[in-house]
Amino acid sequence: MIQHGPKVDAALASEHGLAADEYEKLCDGLGRDPSYTELGVVSVMWSEHCSYKSSRIHLKTLPSDGPQVIEGPGENAGVVDIGDGQAVVFKMESHNHPSFLEPYQGAATGVGGICRDVFTMGARPIAIADCLRFGNTEHERTSYLLHGVVAGVGDYGNCFGVPNVTGDVVFDDSYNGNILVNAFCLGLAKSDRIFRGYASGVGNPILYVGAKTGRDGIHGATMASAEFAEGSDEKRPAVQVGDPFMEKLLLEACLELMEEDVLVGIQDMGAAGLTSCSVEMAARAGSGVELHLENVPMREEGMTPYELMLSESQERMLMVVTKGKEQKALDIFAKWDLDAAVVGEVTESGKVIVKMHKEVYADLPATLLAEGLKYDRPRKRPDYLDEVAYLTLDSVADPTNLGQTLLEMLAAPNICDKSWVFEQYDHMVRHGTVVRPGQASSGVVRVFEPESGRSKGVAIAAGCNSRHVYLAPYEGSRLAVASAYADLVAVGATPLATTDCLNFGNPEKPGIMWQFAESIRGIGDACRLLETPIVSGNVSLYNETDGEAIKPTPMIGMVGLLDDIDQVVTAGFKEAGHRIAVVGTLAGGLGGSEYLKHCHGIEEGAPVAFDMAKHSKVFAAMLEMTKAKILSSAEDVSDGGLLCCISECCLGGEALGANISLPVLEGRLDELCFGEGPARFLVSYTDENAASVARMASGCGVGLLEIGCVGGRELRVSVGGELRLDEPIDALARAFHYTFERIS
Amino acid sequence: MAHHFGVIRFPGSNCDDDALHIVDTVLADRGSTGEFLWHKETSLGQVDALVVPGGFSYGDYLRAGAMAAHAPIMEAVIAFAKSGGPVVGICNGFQILCEAGLLEGALTRNESLRFICKDIFCRIEGRPTPFSKSLPAGRHVGMPIAHAEGCYRHPDVERLEGESQVIFRYCDAEGGVTAEANPNGSINNIAGICNAAGNVVGLMPHPERACETVLGAGGVAGLALFESVLETLSSGATR
Repeated sequence: MIQHGPKVDAALASEHGLAADEYEKLCDGLGRDPSYTELGVVSVMWSEHCSYKSSRIHLKTLPSDGPQVIEGPGENAGVVDIGDGQAVVFKMESHNHPSFLEPYQGAATGVGGICRDVFTMGARPIAIADCLRFGNTEHERTSYLLHGVVAGVGDYGNCFGVPNVTGDVVFDDSYNGNILVNAFCLGLAKSDRIFRGYASGVGNPILYVGAKTGRDGIHGATMASAEFAEGSDEKRPAVQVGDPFMEKLLLEACLELMEEDVLVGIQDMGAAGLTSCSVEMAARAGSGVELHLENVPMREEGMTPYELMLSESQERMLMVVTKGKEQKALDIFAKWDLDAAVVGEVTESGKVIVKMHKEVYADLPATLLAEGLKYDRPRKRPDYLDEVAYLTLDSVADPTNLGQTLLEMLAAPNICDKSWVFEQYDHMVRHGTVVRPGQASSGVVRVFEPESGRSKGVAIAAGCNSRHVYLAPYEGSRLAVASAYADLVAVGATPLATTDCLNFGNPEKPGIMWQFAESIRGIGDACRLLETPIVSGNVSLYNETDGEAIKPTPMIGMVGLLDDIDQVVTAGFKEAGHRIAVVGTLAGGLGGSEYLKHCHGIEEGAPVAFDMAKHSKVFAAMLEMTKAKILSSAEDVSDGGLLCCISECCLGGEALGANISLPVLEGRLDELCFGEGPARFLVSYTDENAASVARMASGCGVGLLEIGCVGGRELRVSVGGELRLDEPIDALARAFHYTFERIS
Repeated sequence: MAHHFGVIRFPGSNCDDDALHIVDTVLADRGSTGEFLWHKETSLGQVDALVVPGGFSYGDYLRAGAMAAHAPIMEAVIAFAKSGGPVVGICNGFQILCEAGLLEGALTRNESLRFICKDIFCRIEGRPTPFSKSLPAGRHVGMPIAHAEGCYRHPDVERLEGESQVIFRYCDAEGGVTAEANPNGSINNIAGICNAAGNVVGLMPHPERACETVLGAGGVAGLALFESVLETLSSGATR
């Protein structure tokens, strides 16, 4: 029996977020009552955030294998082969709860955390992306949150020095009480120099490096595992504070150390700090660790073992080095002016033993902590699905003034230009950004092949249409995967692998759990079909305030490769006279469309489903065309449908007009113009390349419809020979570019 | 003729790789080479020109560039500059050179109070410097900016103007110096200046990000700055 601190009982355990049966399981596992420090350690390790207790049985159904996969889920980030002895390391992670309470620091530390996950594995971060979800633009808190989050994401990444190359920003009522801040980071590593979080080699010293430990962020992981309710602002002290300069030093020092033959294992101290780091490293290696907390560099005096183990102070790393080589490591950290100390050693006990000044404060089996809990929570199809399943368009009038409707759509917060956001992010640092935010739906960074210096490209797509997932959890999630795939194909990248960041409500509600399980089933099926395995990911549950859950938002981050950087294509039209065509189906559907929501306030119906047999041919045709370098521009037709896409391509480059002629109308005009559906691309090309484009499309068995050409200072659209829209490009530009300034 | 650039590396420099990439790789066929110089060193070794790169030296925590101005290597940098060696400070490097007293004036928070990363245009003006010599005065070029503290201030800007020390001025796509073309509120749209001797230049735009067509918007106007130095060095005009 370890005695210190307050007396531990079921009531105190409950205050720590442990349910009665969970506390019982802990006492049974230990064969005694836990100490106060042990209770703290276990409560964070068994929190939803750290243990994935509600999601694990579903996550394991996701495909994670493939010839390109070097490291799948379970490590700090996934690792994927890109040839030439090189690998990309990537992951996406949420920082939703802290960002709602303290938007600037919450978002900043979200970026910091994901970057650490990546360079921990030996990869230099070369791109970040972020997917943000806010409440209604009219909601009283939205502007404050938007400003804080964007500044936080920007300031951290800008100082750390990694370009923010893509992402998206979406506003929806369901995020009024729970915003989403999902940050993605991708790093480049040598494929034979990947570092993992293993505490192996009995007797090897454990090194602590980086920022000193303070009292910030204690119980951050627990906070992220509960709903918000009135009084949640009191949890603000559980939000950590970021120091991007410290992280930059940590990055350079770690990468320098990784060049030496010193490191055995390394892991960043993220959620649950020293606790999860030491436990996970010991559990992976099947070893034990003994920590001597008096050696931990401390920011404040009088910190207790409980506080030291639970602090979520940022910019800290734990590493195991080969015994006798610790001085080499300490020298490198001294060069970068970083605090470093030996704080423990690897043992063979299988236990995590926490001592301070020789006194034992915790003595816990690593596997008990790391394996944590596993629940198969009850699931039930939520009733709302019946209400939204059928779309009736009887009351929806077809647009009479198409130009006016288009201007309204281009000014919609979810369609309009987001340069107000991405101009606050350095998206060019590190001389690698080939496709910037706003130039295409994916970001592309250049990578040099080490031997020859040849330039390859790594493309990143990130996002999710949560309305689709809300209306049809399984199909909507398939569509999220297909959409990321299409984003990559449009820039000329062959998709390789996927990371996900699954944001849902309270899993203890059967309806939410059903959404979650269906969503995973959809992601899994789509990733299996498209051969883009899930190599890393994150789950964020309890995104609810006062019982109102967010729309289910399984954010998808997908990474693709361009063998030759010169095959890259952007969305903007390049030159007057180029032909414009649609590859794939011309018309989409109105179910779940941005048009119905924005112009008519309707969120109903089923989105057009992803059909592998049909749509994979479109993807194949697009990849063939981009490889042949015969496209002048390409963009996937997504939110806002065909006319919004055409407008964006007009405005995306030199602000060129276009003359569009659509065939005779069979259905509704709005369905043709603003309908949405997977695997549709708007491309442009020269007269000389027209024959090759047509040949490749028909060779793949894919529809190709030429609908006009680039030119002039107006966008003109005729349907069935009748002119239905004639707007100056300047008018489109005003609608598209000046909305955000107003809503921000 | 081979010319060797030193790129100073402070803790928090993050455009150091970018600058080295230009002088050591992109311009390699012009006889250019480069190396990093660590902030804790006190000597520069054998260098022909210096680049003080962008980034967030020391986190910019006190004031942008304030800490770096007192780093051990800065004494050698100041001596090199005083002896007429070409020195360019880009972005944070410009801020550092101002803080170190090698350039006049100060860079304060952008008028919008936001970080701004985008392509801008600037006009080449003033006297010929080692970094602008091969660019005809009056021409305007595209380059990106990426900074939060780029609003240039000077207590006696008329004198600076009178001495032709304003080298880069923000302008629009047609070359017009307008208020709309000023991204950060800098006095007289000033984007870059030189010292009284003309051998030390500081600018907020990033020429090193505008050297390769493959990158983003694809302009290569920045290359001319580095080529200028190579030409100046070849002609033996400095030191």
